[in-house]
Amino acid sequence: MADTVQTLINMAAKRFKADAAQLRPEDDMFERLGIGSFQAVELISDIEGEFDIELPDYELQGVKTFAALAQKIDKRR
Amino acid sequence: MIVMSYQDGVHELALGAPPCNEIGSAMLTELEAFLTSVDPEAHTLILHSTQRGGFCTGADLRELYQGLCDTPPEQHGARVGDFIDRIHRVMDTIDMLPLTTIGVIHGVCFGGGFELALTCDILIAEKSARFCFPELRLGIVPGFGGIPRLRRDVGNALIRDLLLSGRSIGAAKALAAGLVSQVVIAGEGLLAARSLAAQSGKFDGHARRAAKAFIKQLPAEELARERALFVELAQRPALLAALKRFVESTDLRPYLP
Repeated sequence: MADTVQTLINMAAKRFKADAAQLRPEDDMFERLGIGSFQAVELISDIEGEFDIELPDYELQGVKTFAALAQKIDKRR
Repeated sequence: MIVMSYQDGVHELALGAPPCNEIGSAMLTELEAFLTSVDPEAHTLILHSTQRGGFCTGADLRELYQGLCDTPPEQHGARVGDFIDRIHRVMDTIDMLPLTTIGVIHGVCFGGGFELALTCDILIAEKSARFCFPELRLGIVPGFGGIPRLRRDVGNALIRDLLLSGRSIGAAKALAAGLVSQVVIAGEGLLAARSLAAQSGKFDGHARRAAKAFIKQLPAEELARERALFVELAQRPALLAALKRFVESTDLRPYLP
């Protein structure tokens, strides 16, 4: 889980040009990264490629933090 | 909105309407104009997007909502039917063009955009591509011929998943399912399509057209059933309510469930 959330943070920071050191697992990732629909779709594709999983969009319902998303990812690995 | 070019037997249509090539009357008019100007000597059509977000987010929901608001409820069926008939004429004509048609997909390829992509003979996806039928969220089914066209290429299990869950799938899944036939890295899709077009141009025209006609037919009966179902569902209050929510939403992520 710790590895997953850090990998996720690093990946999102790289994609959206943020400073990974400033991002925390409990941060609202959409708010911190300032991402909308199109960027969220890019993030899902990155996640699927990085973790070699399928992550249905509806799994993101109610997910706001990096930690919550990392949990969803781990359940599909 | 659509930048059209033609060189060495290859038509290229670059969809360039912000934010992400929503299909409304303006785009349809341009596609209709293109279809009346196809060079008889052409061998390939490449369809791609210059919008960063992706290939196409689908129908212009704001235009659809405004059109329904401007029409008495008892005439909604006729209005939707006329629009769908116009779209089907365009989509069916692209589908059956006597050219090799190549769709280059990156980013969002949702709803009507997915249906437009499915008119192409060959789909090349960049790794960022995501395909989705979100129509059930609006209380309707895909109405531009998407399901009948998709059924030509992939198994019903995946189609039911896409249709009934509204989820999106990425390029790797689309490749594994046979929906796309090539996946390339970001920014390489158009170059891959041009390379394929150059190859297509080497073939005898009659044989190339015959090969396409042999392998690809229009699923006419199922398209007619889909049209009827779409028009029926589009007259229910659920669509208007969903469109109102979409148009009035300030959510930054309107395309997520």
